Amino acid sequence: MELTISIILGFMIIGAIYALHAKDLLSAVVAMGIVGYGLVICFLLLKAPDLAIVQIVVETITLVIMVAVVLDSTRDEIAVTFDRRSIINMVTGLIVFAALFYFFILAIGNLDPLGSHTLRMSESYVNGAVEKTGSVNLVTGVLFDFRAYDTLGEAVILYTAALGVLTLLRMKGKK
Amino acid sequence: MTVYILCFVLFLVGLYGVITRRNLIKIAIALSIMEFSIFLMLVLIGYIDGGLAPIVDPDLAGQIYVDPLPQAMVLTAIVIGLATTSMLMAIAIRLYRKYKTFDIREIKNLRG
Repeated sequence: MELTISIILGFMIIGAIYALHAKDLLSAVVAMGIVGYGLVICFLLLKAPDLAIVQIVVETITLVIMVAVVLDSTRDEIAVTFDRRSIINMVTGLIVFAALFYFFILAIGNLDPLGSHTLRMSESYVNGAVEKTGSVNLVTGVLFDFRAYDTLGEAVILYTAALGVLTLLRMKGKK
Repeated sequence: MTVYILCFVLFLVGLYGVITRRNLIKIAIALSIMEFSIFLMLVLIGYIDGGLAPIVDPDLAGQIYVDPLPQAMVLTAIVIGLATTSMLMAIAIRLYRKYKTFDIREIKNLRG
């Protein structure tokens, strides 16, 4: 299990690096699809079918939106020139990466190894959930019963984002 | 442990994109990549060896199920990720119509 997910993650990393360096924006967007759909396979392997379904829908919608934006504007990537500012950016980035990586290595010492997780925190959500919520799917039981207000807030955020997109696209810009 | 480290490397690739790229679309892609790595990390933490998908089958008593709590949280986060990405894309297309470029160094009117 760990090996399979590591291989898929390796492909996702290669796809991500290609997406960030592609000369054509359309191929960058398609290469982002490698990461998104690789994530779907990882979710299926990790026994999360609900997440896989949602992620495949969301990834497809994101790809459609991005392709529409790219086709409506330009496909050419900006020519990268090395000046002082980009060198400063890269050095800053390297320092931040080193610091983050060091603290991450410190932090994962406290995590359980993959697969040996215990239901310490979600015990009250899982025990007798079918009787309490009437849903055999524990994930929807948590989403729509124990944390129904959370889901309501999520719907509000989606609605607000849709309103924002509509406002932005209809607005006439100042010349 | 290698899975966690690879997951973090994917996060760092996204961070690298946000810091060094100049194209707005590429920055949006890099943000999505960071998001994906965090989703994967949370689901990895909730995985239990030999566990079933968290859908209770009344015929199978005493089965282990993987932790449903991180999955529910990640489900919310995925949908919110879609909302932020579409918002970002709308802003990008507005900026392109005004400045005729995606280069963030050319878009200077918002400078403080």
